[in-house]
Amino acid sequence: MSAGARSKKKLHFSKIYSFNCGRRRFNNDDDHSQIGGPGFSRVVYCNENGVSEVGNQNYADNYVRSTKYTPLTFIPKSLFEQFRRVANFFFLVTAILSFTDLAPYTAVSAVLPLIVVISASMVKEGIEDWQRKQQDHEVNNRKVKVHRGGGVFEPREWKKLRVGDVVKVEKDEFFPADLLLLSSCYEDAVCYVETMNLDGETNLKLKQSLDVTSTINEDSSFSNFKAGVKCEDPNASLYTFVGTMEFQGQQYALSPQQLLLRDSKLRNTDYIYGAVIFTGQDTKVIQNSTEAPSKRSGIERRMDSIIYFMFFIMFLMSFLGSIYFGIVTKKDLNGDQQKRWYLAPDRSDVYFDPNRAPVAALYHFLTGLLLYSYLIPISLYVSIEIVKVLQTIFINNDIHMYYEEADKPAHARTSNLTEELGQIDTILSDKTGTLTCNSMEFIKCSIAGTAYGRGVTEVERAMAKRMGSPLIVNGRDHYFDSDSSLSVKGYNFEDERITNGYWIHEQRSDVIQKFFRLLAICHTAIPDVDEETGKVTYEAESPDEAAFVIAARELGFEFYKRTQTTISFIELDPVSKKRVERTYELLNVLEFNSARKRMSVIVRDEDGKLLLLCKGADSVMFERLAKNGIEFEENTKKHVNQYADAGLRTLILAYRELTEDEYKAFNEKFTEAKNSVSADRDDLIDQATEGIEKDLILLGATAVEDKLQQGVPECIDKLAQAGIKIWVLTGDKMETAINIGFSCSLLREGMKQIIIILESPDIIAAEKAGDENVISKISKESVKKQILAGKAKVSASTSDPFALIIDGKSLAYALHDDIKNTFLELAVRCASVICCRSSPKQKALVTRLVKEGTRKTTLAIGDGANDVGMLQEADIGVGISGVEGMQAVMSSDIAIAQFRFLERLLLVHGHWCYRRISSMICYFFYKNIVFGTTIFLYEAYTSFSAQPAYNDWYMSLYNVFFTSLPAIALGVFDQDVSARFCLKFPLLYQEGVQNTLFRWRRIFGWMLNGVSSSIIIFFLCIRALNPESYRKNGKTAGMEAVGATMYTCVVWVVNCQMALAVSYFTLLQHIFIWGGIILWYIFLLGYGALPASISTTAYRVFVETLAPAPSFWFVTMFVSIAALVPYFSYKSVQMRFFPPYHGMIQWIRYEGNCDDPDYVNMVRQRSIRTTTVGFTARSIARDNNLYHLNLERHAPK
Amino acid sequence: MDEALRTKPSSRKPKYSRFTQQELPAWKPILTPKWFITSFVTIAILFTPAGLLCLWASEHVVEIVDRYDDDCLPDSYATNPETFIQSKNTNKTCVRTLKIPRKMTAPIFIYYQLDNFYQNHRRYVKSRSEKQLRDPDDEDETDDCKPIENLNGNEGGPIVPCGLVAWSLFNDTYKFFKGNKVIDIDKKNIAWESDKKYKFGSEVYPKNFQKEGLIGGGQLDESKPLSEQENLIVWMKTAALPTFRKLYGRINTDLEANETITIVIQNNYNTYEFGGEKKVALSTANWIGGKNDFFGISFLAIGGVCFFVAITFILLYVFKPRPPGDPTYLSWNRNQPAQ
Repeated sequence: MSAGARSKKKLHFSKIYSFNCGRRRFNNDDDHSQIGGPGFSRVVYCNENGVSEVGNQNYADNYVRSTKYTPLTFIPKSLFEQFRRVANFFFLVTAILSFTDLAPYTAVSAVLPLIVVISASMVKEGIEDWQRKQQDHEVNNRKVKVHRGGGVFEPREWKKLRVGDVVKVEKDEFFPADLLLLSSCYEDAVCYVETMNLDGETNLKLKQSLDVTSTINEDSSFSNFKAGVKCEDPNASLYTFVGTMEFQGQQYALSPQQLLLRDSKLRNTDYIYGAVIFTGQDTKVIQNSTEAPSKRSGIERRMDSIIYFMFFIMFLMSFLGSIYFGIVTKKDLNGDQQKRWYLAPDRSDVYFDPNRAPVAALYHFLTGLLLYSYLIPISLYVSIEIVKVLQTIFINNDIHMYYEEADKPAHARTSNLTEELGQIDTILSDKTGTLTCNSMEFIKCSIAGTAYGRGVTEVERAMAKRMGSPLIVNGRDHYFDSDSSLSVKGYNFEDERITNGYWIHEQRSDVIQKFFRLLAICHTAIPDVDEETGKVTYEAESPDEAAFVIAARELGFEFYKRTQTTISFIELDPVSKKRVERTYELLNVLEFNSARKRMSVIVRDEDGKLLLLCKGADSVMFERLAKNGIEFEENTKKHVNQYADAGLRTLILAYRELTEDEYKAFNEKFTEAKNSVSADRDDLIDQATEGIEKDLILLGATAVEDKLQQGVPECIDKLAQAGIKIWVLTGDKMETAINIGFSCSLLREGMKQIIIILESPDIIAAEKAGDENVISKISKESVKKQILAGKAKVSASTSDPFALIIDGKSLAYALHDDIKNTFLELAVRCASVICCRSSPKQKALVTRLVKEGTRKTTLAIGDGANDVGMLQEADIGVGISGVEGMQAVMSSDIAIAQFRFLERLLLVHGHWCYRRISSMICYFFYKNIVFGTTIFLYEAYTSFSAQPAYNDWYMSLYNVFFTSLPAIALGVFDQDVSARFCLKFPLLYQEGVQNTLFRWRRIFGWMLNGVSSSIIIFFLCIRALNPESYRKNGKTAGMEAVGATMYTCVVWVVNCQMALAVSYFTLLQHIFIWGGIILWYIFLLGYGALPASISTTAYRVFVETLAPAPSFWFVTMFVSIAALVPYFSYKSVQMRFFPPYHGMIQWIRYEGNCDDPDYVNMVRQRSIRTTTVGFTARSIARDNNLYHLNLERHAPK
Repeated sequence: MDEALRTKPSSRKPKYSRFTQQELPAWKPILTPKWFITSFVTIAILFTPAGLLCLWASEHVVEIVDRYDDDCLPDSYATNPETFIQSKNTNKTCVRTLKIPRKMTAPIFIYYQLDNFYQNHRRYVKSRSEKQLRDPDDEDETDDCKPIENLNGNEGGPIVPCGLVAWSLFNDTYKFFKGNKVIDIDKKNIAWESDKKYKFGSEVYPKNFQKEGLIGGGQLDESKPLSEQENLIVWMKTAALPTFRKLYGRINTDLEANETITIVIQNNYNTYEFGGEKKVALSTANWIGGKNDFFGISFLAIGGVCFFVAITFILLYVFKPRPPGDPTYLSWNRNQPAQ
């Protein structure tokens, strides 16, 4: 760089330091005054590319790392992670102690299994991190056009981007970093941004650059562009940005309006120019990414308790052993009198010194711990990890959970919760987008008091099915014809009176015209004209809105262009019957929000008339009608109620004409309100809009259908049969929620509804009075009263199912600490619970209440950003990867494409995973108890001197080689019943909910089995081989022969036990189980063949001493059988006389009765608990008498 | 080709495989009564003859066991046996007569049996040096041998074989007479081949063994290499339990029934201090080993138990049939409070 350039920069530099002078400019804005101060120290020199002296170089580069480790930190960090587990840490301590004289075995043999186990875990970590690195690599090497200098832009990788670079981002590209918008292809330098990856909202956001830079919108104009930016330091707040730009000697304030965030997408704009402000780790989205809260499954928590229990047992064994050891050691020497002289007690070192027996006992205690550490399955954690990874692979690859239309398979994002899927007690479900498609279809409307639209909604269809009568809608018969495939997405309107331009023949065609014009104008959608076909598509804030614009288009009011100030559409002129273009001047948009529940636009039409067009919810619209505008009110109200009954979302459309003066007055007020910076800005805006959105003239109402997703009623029915409770938490209004409840069988006729709302007269009166304290007091009292009344009702009747419906306002009070438990008690006794109008926070609170109140496993399922709290709060969050963006998926544990896949996910995968993991854990403890107890029993015969009968390497390889693989195979492959039967007998799922396979009784049962096996093995072995000779050559069995024989028995017994426990023998199972046994013999051969210095006591033990002795084989045989007889008998008796549910299904399959419907039904209904929700329950309720008869017939006498 | 790859819509549909769809072919056994009864009856049927066979084999083994530690203690030392056994001047010869109950065919194995002797004590087991036993060059490898490592502390040189095990070598001796005729005892090949060949060196000679104050058990012949000192090798194969038998030698002539044999015992080994017992045993052996009814009894017992369980099960099955899957036993029905 030339000296001239440098001096110029210095000049800039000084100017930037003189920012303080500019302070007065911002003195009405606190934030900007902080620039340069702490937290606001960032200085960016735009377009200074490649110059090293400037401060830009100190900022982070644009490389984004999502990996947990770097090559350098991998070893220490992952090791640390591993040893944070108590069991692993314990084994680390034992490994270290094994290098001292305390160890009863050689150090290498103790360290090796630990190394194997830890490295397996680390390899797993490494692979996962490697996959993340691949993703990082892909992202970091994306290309973006960067200004090289002299007005030339060249593609460069994202990672090479530097702070201050000027980049050009083109349509549909992601922003590579946080950019300061300089200019765009539009003259007013606006651009549209999709922030789906950030907040999950699909609507487009408008960004606009400063006026001063808006003209620099060509490549070449950047050759001389220079600017300095001072702004806040990197932070996580997505919606704030404070900074100033120094450009051509002037200071300009910057706002979030100019900031384009990384990972959002440029839409509807050909290109933009931007300067890089934050890169890499400094970007807001990265700063915002927090690690998902780590969830642990209940089974794992219980497993930890088992491990602690085993620790306790181990300590107890050691403790008892050392007391005995201390006593006998002390007795060995009494003055000069030696007892066991062959131990030379007078010449002992400290570990065996009779004179210091307590110390020796203490040391022995540690030795004992080392020895009995075999009670703790060292490979349990790593095995579980491996199994769970494989289980998630199964989930991800399940063809039955693949959604063809969206090309989305299921995706388990965390692998540590798979078994929890089998224990779900309550499902908390979002409605829109989860139960329904969230693709709105314009289906009906009421214009000028006449109902149009002949479509049949699913709710109507469901209701008709319920009534068993053919549908009669608007005078035309509709049978249960299946939906003809829709030609236009979002549009399902058929009515020959209106379509194809026939509306002009209708009596009130003027109103119809206004009605559809309103639909074409009053919205915030952005058109996208396909240049080739001329077809217009829309980007809308919500699917509802899109449905309106599309409906208008289909009916001949085609909105096709929007500028900042105009809206253009084509319509049919009723007089000339020609299509004419119309352009309205757009004056104001009064936006929609959940408090206002309406939106309006103010436009000037081509004749110069001022119009306010408004659409909104019935609750706010009817009260705003003018005296002369209520001509159709009665009919419209009637229709709106009908629509709501049919499960439709309705909006009221109305308009008014404004005079110039009225508008002028409003506009002043409104502009002032909008520009004010005070805290009551929103109130001021509300006041302004309130004043103009009144005296409206009613046009009619629209009805859009939020269609149920495919298979939802069936899925809910199955889940209900499985005994899972389903709560719906929705933001929708009560009527809609109830209707959807009906259409998906959560509610039905004959179910008693308990509705908790705050609409009693005294509350309304209090609300009018406006005293917050009084309102909340009265409301709370009312909610409490209603809850108690509901409880009384539920208690009074045992036979009828109840449904609880509560709205958001009441819910807020019901969640108060003092009432919430009563509320929960009521809720859990109701068959269905629907919370409507609930906020995201309430959803999360309800989830927490259920989770903590019932202490059962909860699953939350949702698709939108408003479900994130709920998903994270629940034990398992399932995200629907649907239309509403990725936010829910990003915070979920498992993502599926459709609600109906939940059925398979829970009933099949959940059940299997739960069963596999719990059986595997039980088995792990069993096998280690068998082994550990033989060691302990042997100790009793060595006066607790901590001498194992086994060779060091037998012990160290027990967990890793001879017994672990079958357990892993069990965890991966075992199936009690096939997927088909899991779905056919949903009640099977209750095994998980009741935790029958992992309750303490079963765990202790397995432990007891382990102890009994171990006792049988030990005593039979030692008695059979001692003290007589065990071979024809007269030789007696030494420790090595007894040890090897006993070990052989242990290997046989635990592997055969596995064979008995498995109910699904694949080839791999055979290989692992029998392979484990064979491997032991091979090991014994191979190890015994090594030089005696290595193999020590195992030297030739098999070839020379054991194999030729028939008694060795005899012992193996009868010990193995004897040790298994107790379990085998128990299992047989259980299977025959009190089989678990899966056992019954196995019977059915075995006896070939699965095709006999009566028989199957009998087993399926083998529960005294009745299903209360779902269409099965519905049909049962219908022929209630029959059902009760059935129950009586099969009930036990 | 690149172009083709890009234009082809990449589907994320999982590929079908029996593995990923969890549809691997499998055998799905369930425990039907038929299965259960068959297997138990089979076990019973197999085990009963096996048990009888073992009992029959054991019955053919003739075994004589004689405890002599108490009886070989002169009455004068009854109260202080330690003095007797530790003194070099006491006469430790002891004569026992045994009557052969049934004909014993050669080879007849002679065992000594010790009770309450913890040869499996960790301190004891570890106190040996495999290297030293194997290789004459490693005679200084006595670190593991504490406290019997070197003579006179470190000055006297290493003890070969070192360690407690060798040091406490059993040193009672037995001589067998039929009338006045000496019965030859074959003390060759009483140890395992592998021990003789690979664990105890043929060039390692005893050195400094049982010298000075550290006298424990028996002496060794310093002119013979360790590999030929089979009594030491047998002794050093540590026993599994505190009651154990070790092979002393072999009689290669038959002993007829009702013959009386005399054993002249040198009662040297000190079991009095720790309250142990000493026995001498004569036994024949066949394929099952020594006299061991336990095998037969175990087989019969297990067979019997299986048979009994099977019968019980059949009876239950016949007299108390129930449809598979009675709901009353289901946990969630059991747990539910009565309504």
